[in-house]
Amino acid sequence: MKEMKNDMELTFDAISSNEGLARVAVAAFVSRLNPTIEELADIKTAVSEAVTNAIIHGYGNIQGYCKHGEALETIDKESPGKVRMKCQLEHGVLKVMVEDQGRGIENVEKAMEPLFTTRPDLERSGMGFAFMEAFMDDLQVESAPGVGTIVRMQKKMTSGPWIPSEE
Amino acid sequence: MDQFQVIDHCLMVKLPQEIDHYQAGYLSQEADSFLLRPDVCHVVFDFEDTEFMDSSGIGIIMGRYKKVAPLGGKVYAINVGKQVGRILELSGMSKLVEVL
Repeated sequence: MKEMKNDMELTFDAISSNEGLARVAVAAFVSRLNPTIEELADIKTAVSEAVTNAIIHGYGNIQGYCKHGEALETIDKESPGKVRMKCQLEHGVLKVMVEDQGRGIENVEKAMEPLFTTRPDLERSGMGFAFMEAFMDDLQVESAPGVGTIVRMQKKMTSGPWIPSEE
Repeated sequence: MDQFQVIDHCLMVKLPQEIDHYQAGYLSQEADSFLLRPDVCHVVFDFEDTEFMDSSGIGIIMGRYKKVAPLGGKVYAINVGKQVGRILELSGMSKLVEVL
């Protein structure tokens, strides 16, 4: 049986509407491994959190949000920026890297604490990193203020490394 | 069915298929405009159509909870699927919100 290895790289604008794109892309990428529904949900949630962080915290693009009765001033001021997502499948392990060149995180440890958020005004729950940790097997965060952030996640897929085709 | 409906002092919110940050703003804003009505005390989030929710959904529920709880209102979650259920459980929301 052939060992499957596969790589994917996707770069997209740091706008909130691309969160869905990132989720669907990663789901399609792992679909050949025939993942369970639960595994797929885990991966999509973790990716959604990482990409959302890059967009709204890294670049401060909060498009889509408008508080009751008041449009936020920054709503039309999207700062240009790209989010790069790299996925790799090897030996039945999915590796996902989400990278931004945004403002970075001053204190990564603090940022990773459950319920900690710098944007309570956006009703961010502070659960992003906690979910990434819970739904993936491994999580590494590298960040430097003014330079950007790289989130690396790994998950061992329970399904076999190779699904033979019907024929 | 309308996405927002008031039935018997409860604001019923029919949530979309996917709940992420992009969707969250509109949902919170719309829900809040209904919560201003004097006949609305409780919020019911209906997850029937929802297949995906991330931590942005927690923000929506938490935000509405903070608005109704001080006035004795309750927040309910109905038709909760597996993925949403895990998110509610993991975030501790299931302690504040009645999952039916």
